[in-house]
This record gives sequence, structure tokens and C-alpha cells, in this order.
Amino acid sequence: MEELSWGGILARMFIQLGPVWISLIVLFTVSMTYKRRLGLYGKLFDSTIGMIGFALVMFWVFVGVYGGPLDMLVTHDPLSQVSGMKNKIPGTPMRGAEEGEYAYFLLGGDNLARDVFSRLIKGAWVVVQIAPVATLFAFMVGITLGLPAGYYGGRLDTLLSFLANLILAFPVILLFYLLVTPEIVLTGIPNYMALFLFVFPLIFVCILLNSRYYTQPSVRTPLLIGVLGGLGWLYLSLVSSDGSVVATPTYSIPGLPAFLDLFDIDPGILVVFVSVVFVNSPTVFRIVRGLAMDIKTRDYVAAAQTRGEGPWYIMLWEILPNARGPLIVDFCLRIGYTTILLGTLGFFGLGLESESPDWGSTINAGRRLLALYPHAAIAPALALLTLVLGLNLLADGLREESLRD
Amino acid sequence: MGLFILRRLGVMVLTALCLTFVVFWLTNLYPNLEKLAKTQGNFRMSDEAVASYLGKNGYLQPMPVKFGQWLGVLPGWTLEDEGVVTGKCFGADTPEEDRRSFCGVIQGDWGFSTVFKDDVGSIVLTRLGLTGKLMFFVMLVMVPMALIIGVLAGMREGSKLDRSLSTFSIASTATPEYVSGVIFIAVFASSAFGLKWFKGSATSAMDSVTFENFTLPVVTIALYGMGYIARMTRASMTEVMTAQYIRTARLKGVKFSDIVLKHALRNALIAPFTVIMLQFPWLLNGVVIVETLFNYKGFGWLLVQAASNNDIELLLAVSVVSVIVVLVTQLISDIGYVYLNPRIRIA
Repeated sequence: MEELSWGGILARMFIQLGPVWISLIVLFTVSMTYKRRLGLYGKLFDSTIGMIGFALVMFWVFVGVYGGPLDMLVTHDPLSQVSGMKNKIPGTPMRGAEEGEYAYFLLGGDNLARDVFSRLIKGAWVVVQIAPVATLFAFMVGITLGLPAGYYGGRLDTLLSFLANLILAFPVILLFYLLVTPEIVLTGIPNYMALFLFVFPLIFVCILLNSRYYTQPSVRTPLLIGVLGGLGWLYLSLVSSDGSVVATPTYSIPGLPAFLDLFDIDPGILVVFVSVVFVNSPTVFRIVRGLAMDIKTRDYVAAAQTRGEGPWYIMLWEILPNARGPLIVDFCLRIGYTTILLGTLGFFGLGLESESPDWGSTINAGRRLLALYPHAAIAPALALLTLVLGLNLLADGLREESLRD
Repeated sequence: MGLFILRRLGVMVLTALCLTFVVFWLTNLYPNLEKLAKTQGNFRMSDEAVASYLGKNGYLQPMPVKFGQWLGVLPGWTLEDEGVVTGKCFGADTPEEDRRSFCGVIQGDWGFSTVFKDDVGSIVLTRLGLTGKLMFFVMLVMVPMALIIGVLAGMREGSKLDRSLSTFSIASTATPEYVSGVIFIAVFASSAFGLKWFKGSATSAMDSVTFENFTLPVVTIALYGMGYIARMTRASMTEVMTAQYIRTARLKGVKFSDIVLKHALRNALIAPFTVIMLQFPWLLNGVVIVETLFNYKGFGWLLVQAASNNDIELLLAVSVVSVIVVLVTQLISDIGYVYLNPRIRIA
């Protein structure tokens, strides 16, 4: 068999990604048809920049979801090494391909003779999985602490702002080098941080519902019990693995027993996740605090105060909804930033295992042979670039559309 | 103003103390010390050997005591073993009368690097000098480019020029250094594309900077920071261009280029000034990545070496320097803001 030309490679990649194109077309057709009824999301389809950004983001989301848990799209196993395929250029036919196996390495082989194309797709799933969730947690922490700091001001604000500035004064890479090491995982510090940081969504939802419904105890009590029970279970499953919350060689704190544990998180992923949340939340805190300080001078807040509403009701049901525009825009930007941070971690070989297909680790592995075989590093580099670019364009489109009204 | 600066300096010292204590605590956790002992001795040391090594070198004292010794507010440890006295501040062969009891940061003694087997203060200074050279060229490229792009985009909001320049700045902020660096090396320095215009390594730039060996690292760092400054400049430029005095100038019939250069520019540059100052801490990130990628042995490279070998005293010095860079730039940006914008007063 002969090597494929670039046209052939692109055509085959296009066919291989078929399900993604179909999903994108369906999503865009449906959204365009009903865009007038979809609020801010619908307005996005009025701006070209926003649409391009959204398309790029959704492309990678679909690639990640189809390629990761559903195992479609990929042509070869991302971890298996095929003899004779080491550092082969894109479009090389696979040596000794058997019946039913895909006959080409579409984007070539890396220095361990693995298929770059399949690793690219599996890597998308790592990013799509971690980045939005980590950003969401950072937002929960930032909102829960930033609203009271901005609303009450005073000593609470001084203390929380000092702590936030303290974390922000740390160079991110130094923090990663200190936190994301196997030695630190042994001490159980990431587990303590997880215990602390993951409790914020619980607090947030609890206060949110309580402040809204505390005048109707008949609704509130069952609602809170149900929601808290569900979220609490998720929280405990999240923080505990193998029946303990913190497990170090010398001691362990018991957690949820294994038969109740819904899912276990790999300690390597957990430490990456926790440190990304930790690095992001002070910035969110500062944004929310600034917005709260601005919005608390508005008339509708004064009206709510006169009505005798409680402070948490005002913060969560008067101030927060009116701060949503800037927060949504920042959320998009921050997912992009988190993606960059994840890539940085991979680039320095911290946290995730070295054979992990995520883009940062792949760039790190490929950069050593960059001068001779650039394809193994360039493919994930371009993937990361397009995803972050898409998120930035999406944020820009959202900002423009939300300023319009 | 004097009181404001004093208070800020107080907060700065407090922040630096807190941060160094955090670094100290993290690096002195037992698993990290064990790793240090094993890299210093050998990797198959028994647990007893590790403990005795750590005990001999004063690592097993309580954390606050060790921190006090590092700071120089507590006397350094001494240990007598079979008649030979060793201590933090002196070796066994130092004459009796030269032995000091205090040696810490306050006394100007930054300690001894376990990786480089050299005095921490001098290592940090040489590496900082090299990084300073890199930063100088980065600033030389980044700031003028960013300001020009921002002003050009902001002077006619919504025009084609604005659209394309804004998209360019978004793209540049979306390209982290390890992505653009990899692409630059692959395109301009590898044999795969055939364009061997520049060198993919900046090691030779440590001795003599040439266009060939320094362009790629400088452009890589500058590109990531540029987009953000350009967008801030654009935002403040568009705001200034809608001001009344600009309208008056236009109605008087002043040439458009004169309006931009003489009337708008000075007022539009207040916001970017703060942003440029606040970019320094971010540049530090870029410096670490780029120095690793291009093998330029500056401050960022030192950080990676210190952190990956758990070289405690070197790491502490590195973090003190970077924290001071962050805090000083924040202070300068605040003070500069007040001088540039007379409407703001800090009591």
C-alpha cells in the first residue's frame, strides 16, 4: 500500500469524524430554527464570531464525548504500540494491518509507535471531562465567598481578599510544582483540599434553596432533605475512595463504605483537579466581589432590604441573577484558561501519567523530537489552540450579544 | 500617599512571609524530605538511613524552629557527633572564632543549594540576570506592538481593521506559550518544513544574543502577553474616542491623525499601563515554559530544577523573588495609576 497524500489524509479524517459533523449540523439547524425562543443562547446565533466559536467548542465536545466513553471515531487503540510505526509521518499505511483493522495511521505515529490521531481524540475527552467541571467548582467557591465579601464588606472582606491575593501572588507553575507531586499525594493534602473545596457547591445550593423557601417550611424541608441527601451522597462518593476519605501510610479517616461509593477518582486526576480549582477560585472571587459591590447600590437591592428580605436572599436572588452576564462570559474564558492550565501541567509532566493521551502530555512527549518529527507535537498543539480559540470567540460573541440589550 | 505606600509595604512583607511559610511547609513535609535524602544519598536508602541523614542535617526539628532559623531570627542548629561539631552556619572545618550563631535571610545568607552545590544567593543572581536579558527583549517587542495594535483597532470602532486586529489579539491570547513555541520551532527551525531560519534552542544566547538564537523565545513569550494588552488598549481607546473633547476637535477640523496622536493617545494609555505592569507575574509563567522549551538556563529553568529536586533553600529563594516581583509590580501599577490619572486620589 502507498502513503496517503495530504488530500487523502484530510478526506479520510473527514469521513472518520462523520458522526461529529452530523451532530454539529443537527445542533445548528435546531438552534437556528428556534433561536428567538432560546434567550441569550439563541442570540448567540446572530453574531458570526460567536457562531464560529460555538462551532469550534462543540466540535471538540462531540469529539470528546464520541471518542471517549462511546469509543467511536478512534482508529486504533491509543495505548498499544505497533511495531514499525515509530515516528512515521502522517498517512503511513499500518504495517501488517489485519482484516478489520484500520489500514492507516492518519496523523502518523509518535515516538512510542502509537497512533497520533486516536490519542488526539482520547485526549479531547480528558479536557472535555475536567475543564468545565473544574471551572464550575471554582465558580461555586468564588461565588459563595465573593458575594458576602462584596455585600457585607468590612473585616470579612479584608480577610477574604487578603487570602485571595495571597494565592494570586503565587506563580501558578511554582504552586503546581509544589502541589502536584507524588510525594504530596502521599501526605493526603489533596484529599483535605478536596474535602474543603468540594463542599462549596453543597453550601451554595443549600443556602440558595433555603433563602428562597424558608417562609414555606412545608416545601422547604422535604426539598432540602432531598437535595442535600442527593448532593451529600455525590459529595461523599467524590471525596472517598476505597472506603476512606484520607488515606496515608500512617493513618486514614474513614469515609463512605465501598458498596455505597458511586465512583472512585484516580488520585492523579484528583490532585490535578483540586489544584486547578484552587488556582482559579481567587480570580472568580475577585470578579464576584467587585460585581456585588457594584450591584448592592442599586435601587432594587434597597427595595428588597426595605421589604425585609434576608441578606442571603438579596445576595443570591437579587444580586447574583443581575451579575449573570459578566459571569457567563468569564465562565467561557475561564474554561479556556483551565484548558491551558491542564496543558501546562501535562507539559511539565505533572499529575497525569506519562502515557495519558491528554494534549499537554502529548506535546511534552513530542517536543523532544520536534526538529525531526514535528507531527506528534503539532497535532495536539493545534487541537488545544482551536479549542481555546473557540472558547474565547464564544465569550466574545456572548459579551457582544449580552451588551446589546 | 506616603502612608499608603507604607501600608502597602506592610501588607507586602506579611504576604511574602505567609507565602514563604507555605512553601517552607510544603517542601518540608516528610515524603519530600525523604525524596531529598534519597537524591542526596542513593535511591535505595533504608528508612533508618534516611532518618539519620535528615537528623544530621537538621531537617527533623519542629517546623516553626526551622523556619525561624531560615529567616535568621533563631540561632542555627548545631550538632555534636563524636567530637566534631557541625551546624547550619558552619562546617566541621570552620575555625571556632568564625562560627556565627545566626545565619538566615535577614543576615543576607540565603543558604546552600543541594542540587548545584553552591551558594543560593549567587545562583539566583546569575540566573535572574539571564532572565532579565530575555525579559528586556520581550518588553521591547511586546509593548510597542501591543499598543500599536490596540490604538489602530480602537480608533475606528467596528471598522474592518478593528475586526481583523481584534480577532488577531483574541487568537494570540488563546495560544499558550507551549503551543506557539512548538509550532514556531516546527515551522522555522525543523527540517520537516525546510525553513531553517532560526535555531530551536536558545542555549547559545546565554553568552551572546543573536537574531538567530533569540528570536523564537522572545516572540513566543511576547505573543501570548500581547493580545491581552492590545485588547485593553483597544477598549480604553474606543472609550476615549467617544469623549466630548474628541468630538470638539473633529468639529474644529483637526486632522484625524492629529486627533489620535495628540488628543486621544495620552488619555488612552492610562489603562494599558496598569495592565502592562500586571503582566509581569504572568510573564514569569511564560518564562518558565519558554526557558524549558528552548533550553535557556535562566530563572524559570532554575525554578523547575529547584522544584523537581526539592532543593528547599533554592526553592524558597526562588519563591521569595517571584513573590516580590508580583507584589512590587502591583504597587508600581497602583502608584503609576495615581500619577497618570489625576482624578484618582489615594488618601
